[in-house]
Amino acid sequence: MKHFKKFLERLVEGALTLSGTVTSITILLIVIFLFKEGAGLFNSSSIEKGYALYTHSDNPVGDLEIIEIKDVFDSNISNWKELGGKDEEIFLFRFNEIFKLYKESELGDNYELIPEKLEEIILNNPNILAYLPLRYAPSEKEGIKVLPNKNITLTDFFGGKEWMPTTTPAPMFGVVPLVAGTLLVSFIAILIALPLGLGVAIYLSELASDKVRKIMKPTIELLAGIPSVVYGFFGLVVLVPIVQNAFDLPVGETAFTGSLVLAIMALPTIITVAEDSMRSTPRAMREASLALGATHWQTIYKVIIPYSASGISAAVVLGIGRAIGETMAVLMVTGNAALIPSSLFDPVRTIPATIAAELGEAPVGGTHYQALFLLGCILFVITLIISLIVELISKKQVNNGL
Amino acid sequence: MKNVILSYSKLVSLLIIGISLTACSSSADETDATTKSSSITIKGSDTTLPISQKIAEEYMKDNSDETIIVTGGGSGVGISSLLSGTTDIAQSSRKIKFDEVEKSRDMGKSIKEVIIAYDAMAIVVHTNNKVNELTRAQLEGIFTGKIQNWKELGGDDLKIIPYSRETSSGTYEFFKESVLLDKNYVNGIMSMPATGAIIQSVNQTEGAIGYVGLAYLNDEVKAINVSYDGENYVEPTVENAKNGTYPIVRPLYFYHEEGAEEKLDKFIEYSLSPKGQQLIEEVGFVTVN
Repeated sequence: MKHFKKFLERLVEGALTLSGTVTSITILLIVIFLFKEGAGLFNSSSIEKGYALYTHSDNPVGDLEIIEIKDVFDSNISNWKELGGKDEEIFLFRFNEIFKLYKESELGDNYELIPEKLEEIILNNPNILAYLPLRYAPSEKEGIKVLPNKNITLTDFFGGKEWMPTTTPAPMFGVVPLVAGTLLVSFIAILIALPLGLGVAIYLSELASDKVRKIMKPTIELLAGIPSVVYGFFGLVVLVPIVQNAFDLPVGETAFTGSLVLAIMALPTIITVAEDSMRSTPRAMREASLALGATHWQTIYKVIIPYSASGISAAVVLGIGRAIGETMAVLMVTGNAALIPSSLFDPVRTIPATIAAELGEAPVGGTHYQALFLLGCILFVITLIISLIVELISKKQVNNGL
Repeated sequence: MKNVILSYSKLVSLLIIGISLTACSSSADETDATTKSSSITIKGSDTTLPISQKIAEEYMKDNSDETIIVTGGGSGVGISSLLSGTTDIAQSSRKIKFDEVEKSRDMGKSIKEVIIAYDAMAIVVHTNNKVNELTRAQLEGIFTGKIQNWKELGGDDLKIIPYSRETSSGTYEFFKESVLLDKNYVNGIMSMPATGAIIQSVNQTEGAIGYVGLAYLNDEVKAINVSYDGENYVEPTVENAKNGTYPIVRPLYFYHEEGAEEKLDKFIEYSLSPKGQQLIEEVGFVTVN
């Protein structure tokens, strides 16, 4: 019998070790997958894959920046002079316009006649700037010039100030507004949620009577279970008009509203975990402190809080994690405008909301897809850094307590 | 000791029973799958969602052995799912793009297009807004950021807040093509994830302007009369969309793979039949004929 029991114990041990190893390896693989998918971005060209820009070879302009391409196709720049060329109006030609110029029958069954027709158009229009797919473009020869495709650089991505992933011909992948939006919303949310959460935790564990605690604790734990879409809807219908009217703003969907919703979502987590850890301070320590003549409040902040510092820091990390990674609620109340926020009351676009809104449509393996995965990597790194900082702070506190 | 043996053996026997049950049920599922007709998945545009839901409900009443699963997400999501094989029908409020067709050709698939309805796109503003009519050029100016205050258009001195859909939406693409003439939206435009959110936001914000499918129009917002030629301002209604006077009308498509006719023909025929088209009119769209 003893042997059987030992064997069973060994079996359970082995199963637990196995599941722990498998879980750790899975997490590692997920992180590696995340970084692998994102890293390919810097090898992709800045113009949409499979397309290129063509001009007439008499045109002196040889190279265009991404911003210039966007301005030309938005009709903000209309003269070659502004790009360093001749004083002539730019004739913009998008590939789809060929279907308006010629009937489908004139273009051949498999569109084989398109390159010829495009060649004609380019040669006849010396001021043309044409955006064409490589498959149907005319071959480079006398009269036709291809502008070189540049790759997306690190500064374009990490320093770019505009996030417009579906513009043609050159999508813009600047993450500065997204990172700024995420950090602003999360920081303010934590600023609101932490003091409130810790205060309620202290109240519940030390000062509240049994009856109050019996009602409040289950209610708060219930709040933690409400799905985030419901919070988002509540934010859109209730909080947005309140913020709009209270601060006299033109629009209520702002970073501040997002922070409010996030704070409300992070509160139950912080309160529950912190309160649990504070309640678990042994009676002996409490009574020793009171016996030495300390008041109740002195006991709380000199004995109980340092003792439960690790539990409180766990609560803080969980709360921060919820605040930074929350997607649906933020997607509905912040307005999703990809601008660097100049004040707390500007609409912002956060990284999780961007990934949620755009990943479904980004073609797998394409530039947009890789950019979104890189955004995920950035989010991962931000959360990692914050967790490490919180761990460091809590370690310091423990040492101070001693 | 005896209790220990008993409890362990109970545990082991429970495990064995559990495993055999799951094995049985999975094999039962397989046989079920071959005798039951497989379900049809429709994914894609939020605009077409009310139509597909209504038609799917009525169709399932008449054909109780078939199930149809309808989800939204945006036309881009639908077409992308069709190309990766995770949906049978992609419902779309925009025509399939040239490079999406190329991608499908590269994968050896051929995509067929079916027009099932027409939709008028309504431009909506807050109910207190004094402005009642706008031209296409003015709309372009608003959404590209060149016109920034309602007083430039004859309204109050209020900042214009344009609301758009996310980039995966067919409504977004169609609006860009038809009203903005392929120019880009102003950088930093407010993007709402769904049509319902646009209606909610426009209802709450006095300076707001947004675009929605006609079927989502209700009393909470005010629709604007639009003119493309600068002279005739037309109200967005189903009659005006039918007789061609309302300028912002687009077809709504079902896309499916060429080989899947056998599975989908019955449903698509039902959608195009007089009964299906009547349902489309009830929801607020324009019929194909």
